[in-house]
Amino acid sequence: MSVLFPEPNKDRPVPPLGKGLPPLYDGSLIGKKDFVEEAVCPIEATVPLGEEAEEAERLGIAAKPDPTVPVIDAQRIRIWYGTPKGAVRAVDDVSFYIGKGEILGLVGESGSGKSTIGRGLLGLLPDGSVMDGKLEFKGEDLLALTDKERFKMRGRNLAMIFQEPLTRLNPLMRVSEHFTETLRTHFPKMTDAEIEERSLSVLKTIGIPPTRWMAYPHEFSGGMRQRIMIALALVLRPAFVVADEPTTALDVLVEAQIVRILRDLKEEFDTALLLITHNLGIIAEACDRVAVMYAGKIVEIGDAREVFANPQHPYTQELLRSTITLTTDGLHSIPGAPPNLIDPPSGCHFHPRCPRAMKQCALAEPPMRNVHGGDSKPGTTDAACWLNPALSFPEENRAPLEREAIADAEEA
Amino acid sequence: MGSLPRYVLQRILLVIPMMFILLTMVFILLRVAPGDPISAAVGDKLDPAALEAKKTAAGLNRPLIVQYLEYMGNTITGNFGQTITDNRPVLEIVRDNGGATLTLTLGAFLIALLVGIPLGRIAARRRDTAADGVIRIFGIVSYATPIFFIGLLMQLYVARPLGLPTSSMANAKTTALLQSDPITHVLPIDALITGQWAAFGDIAVHHILPCFTLGLMICGVFIRMTRVNLLQTLQSDYVEAARARGIHERRVISKHAFRNALVPVVTIIGLQIAMMMGGAVLTESTFNWPGLGTQLMKYIQARDYIGVQGIITFFALIVAAVSVVVDIVNALIDPRVRYE
Repeated sequence: MSVLFPEPNKDRPVPPLGKGLPPLYDGSLIGKKDFVEEAVCPIEATVPLGEEAEEAERLGIAAKPDPTVPVIDAQRIRIWYGTPKGAVRAVDDVSFYIGKGEILGLVGESGSGKSTIGRGLLGLLPDGSVMDGKLEFKGEDLLALTDKERFKMRGRNLAMIFQEPLTRLNPLMRVSEHFTETLRTHFPKMTDAEIEERSLSVLKTIGIPPTRWMAYPHEFSGGMRQRIMIALALVLRPAFVVADEPTTALDVLVEAQIVRILRDLKEEFDTALLLITHNLGIIAEACDRVAVMYAGKIVEIGDAREVFANPQHPYTQELLRSTITLTTDGLHSIPGAPPNLIDPPSGCHFHPRCPRAMKQCALAEPPMRNVHGGDSKPGTTDAACWLNPALSFPEENRAPLEREAIADAEEA
Repeated sequence: MGSLPRYVLQRILLVIPMMFILLTMVFILLRVAPGDPISAAVGDKLDPAALEAKKTAAGLNRPLIVQYLEYMGNTITGNFGQTITDNRPVLEIVRDNGGATLTLTLGAFLIALLVGIPLGRIAARRRDTAADGVIRIFGIVSYATPIFFIGLLMQLYVARPLGLPTSSMANAKTTALLQSDPITHVLPIDALITGQWAAFGDIAVHHILPCFTLGLMICGVFIRMTRVNLLQTLQSDYVEAARARGIHERRVISKHAFRNALVPVVTIIGLQIAMMMGGAVLTESTFNWPGLGTQLMKYIQARDYIGVQGIITFFALIVAAVSVVVDIVNALIDPRVRYE
């Protein structure tokens, strides 16, 4: 792996990648160290296969998908929110794909558009927002679906795990009612016994004992509620799951369990996962690939280890330097604030805060290029930065961006 | 579980201090108000000395604390006494006139529920549309307009074209028929028990205007509470999560948003009962309704301590009982309440 761009930040090492998580811990399971292994039970067995295949056929999805087809293929996605002050370009020209059994981490500051992408994939955007681009799920155009067809997809094929486990379960409904409602919606012919059997098997996998089947949400801790939320998503065995900061509201031990569960999920069921987080440790621990977002755009995307070991985009480098580890002796932050997305900066959105900005950066938007040279293709590690030597532009624009120039650029 | 019976017992025990405070308030308010039953009845006919003598004889010149202890003692032992002005036992007044107030408030309450909650739901679902605006204005106006004014408008512009009765609970014939041999002292129930359908119809027609008048006032509160709570639950995290699981929108609205929005509305309904009792007094005097409110007005004008105390104690008991029922209903709907 060669260092392509000159002068990477050597003064602070990239934080060590997380290694090995503590075993699943739960008050009720003390002493059962091998719980995860023993509990991974075949959910497959309880799925009414005939109905599932029928459903798949009706939706035009092949029951056995071609592994070469990405589960999610998003090209040039734009999501804008209408506000009285103008359109907020929350997601602006973002492309990525997620293959079968792959976890793509999506990382960035608050307000960079991470959660908007997650909601956009499920069609859960609030009123007053518009989305365009190309979005395919196993080759099917999601943006062309009618509302009704989209409802069919949601839960069944596309699932979501949310950030706030404490408020995501209906406080007036028992756990059993949540599962019954969810399964009944998607499999109307399922009997109560089948529903209970299938739900309990998933709950067991995730570490919720069957004795809690009739309990209400307030009788669980935050970590347990998040596991119930995950089980509620998994019980339908979706091919794709968006996990929107699933561990942000939880403590470190529970966080580790949840990350472990998500990885198991991918390994057991080949689920494709979009893991949205601002926790770089989780990305390193759980993700195959990572996409770094800044101000509505993906600035760098590629193999998680490669990106973290050798970040190419200055924003990624700054983000990694801002991480706190045991060896941190002073806090690093990126000067300035994320830009106003109603009127984003010209050229590269990061140039007003970039320590290595050149004149060119304020003039034009850098294209996404393979960091090893060549075009960006699925699977390559790409960055959108003018520092990439493969990009050519007038030599005089290579001069560092002056302060006045920064001010000018901001005005423009 | 055991937590629900304990919770219910707790709520019922809380009624005791509540009633104690209420009875004390009633006693003090009546004694602080100018006038007394003797002066109100014969004050203009007797000279001051004779008036004082009469008051002393009636025990009204004893120290207040003595009168208070006597009153509390009597009330606790279930002895509500006899009115000073016309010597009627208070319990008899409650029996004879309570039924009319009961059917009036129940009818008004039903109308408020049936009008207020659906309108609130429509307003929330069509937020910021013309329909929402109209419903909200209707809610404010119906709540803010005094009952006697609405009653007057009803009598003038609704009763005439529809030919509805504007006064009393039944026509003279029906009243005489049913009161000659009362069973439950609640006229419509007596009519039903004895199978007198014409009489029942007559009573029902008489209920329409008063029930709407009182119901409209309360329904304003229901509209606004339902609307604002539904708007809140529609934005809630669990509603979005249910949508993300592919639950049908109709079910999301009814099962997740609407049901949860009703929890605070039930509490408000309980609080409205007290307001409804006050409204019933005004409605009864507007429509010449033979209920407890009319009796209360009569005894207040006569400064009849016993009559006023008796009727207010009865009102207070009803408010307390309803608040217990509301608490229990709340606990049944919302499991979190039981664990407070």
